[in-house]
Amino acid sequence: MTPVPPPTLFSADGMVGLVFLIMIGVTLTGGIIAATAERLIRALSGIVICFTGVAGFYYFLNSPFMAMMQILIYVGAICVTISFAIMLAAPEEKLKKSPTNLLSGPIGFMIAALIFAAMTMLALKTDWQASAKIASGSVREIGIHLLTTYSMVFELISIVLLIAIIGAIVIARGGRN
Amino acid sequence: MALLSIHQYLTTYLVFGAMLFSLGVYGLVTRKTLIGMLIAAELMLAGVSINFMSFNRFLAPDPSVGQIFTLFIMAIAAAEAAIGLSIVVAVYRQFKTVDAEELVNLKG
Repeated sequence: MTPVPPPTLFSADGMVGLVFLIMIGVTLTGGIIAATAERLIRALSGIVICFTGVAGFYYFLNSPFMAMMQILIYVGAICVTISFAIMLAAPEEKLKKSPTNLLSGPIGFMIAALIFAAMTMLALKTDWQASAKIASGSVREIGIHLLTTYSMVFELISIVLLIAIIGAIVIARGGRN
Repeated sequence: MALLSIHQYLTTYLVFGAMLFSLGVYGLVTRKTLIGMLIAAELMLAGVSINFMSFNRFLAPDPSVGQIFTLFIMAIAAAEAAIGLSIVVAVYRQFKTVDAEELVNLKG
C-alpha cells in the first residue's frame, strides 16, 4: 500500500471509511446477538443482521456479485429455513438453570478468546505477499471459470444440493404415516 | 483519522473474520439446543468466507477463483442447513425436545 495521507471525515474517502466503520459495528452487534441471545428467534434475527453486514464486506472486497449471493442464499434461504425449523420444533431454551456443562460459561469464552487471539496474531505477524493481478475478477470471468475450469465442481455441487434436498425431505418425513 | 482508511488493509478483514469465527465457536460450545448450535456454525462459516474473500481481493493473482470458492462454501452451507434442520425436526418428533443434553438414549 502506498502511504497516502489519511482522509478527512468530510471527503468522499472519509465517508467511505465511516460507512465501513458503521458496517463493522452492525455486523459485530448482529454476531454477538446471534451467539449469545437467550431466545433462538432473537439469535436468528441477529444472524440476519450479521449476514447483511457480511454482504457489505463483500462489496468492499470488490465483489458485488458475492454480496448479492450472500443476501440471496444466506438471508433469503438459510435464515428462512432456520426460522421454519424454530417454528416447527418450538425449542424454547429453558430459562431455568439446567445443570451447566463443562464448556459453557468461562471455559467456552476462554476457548473462543484463545482462538481469536491466535488468529489475530497470525494475521498481524505474517508478512503477506501480494502477487500481481492477472485478471479482474468480474462477473463475466466468474461465469467463464464456472463453465470451463470449474465445470466439474459446478456439476458436483448441484448434485450434492439435489441429494441434500431429497435427503432432507426423506429424513423430515420419516415417522409420519 | 487513520481509522477512516482501515478498509484498504488486508489485516482488518482477517481480524474481523477471526472475530466472527471465534464468536461462532463461543456460540457452538455454549448453546444448549441443536438449532442454536447450527446458527453458531453458520456464523463460523461466514468468518471463513470473509477470510477467503479478503485473500482473494488482496493477494490472489486471479480474483475470480476465491469468489468461486466462496460460492461453493455457500452451496455447502445451504446443503448443511437443509440436512441439519430436517434432522432437528426428526429428533424433535422422536424426543419432543431439541435440547442437546437430553438426547442421551445411549448413555449407560
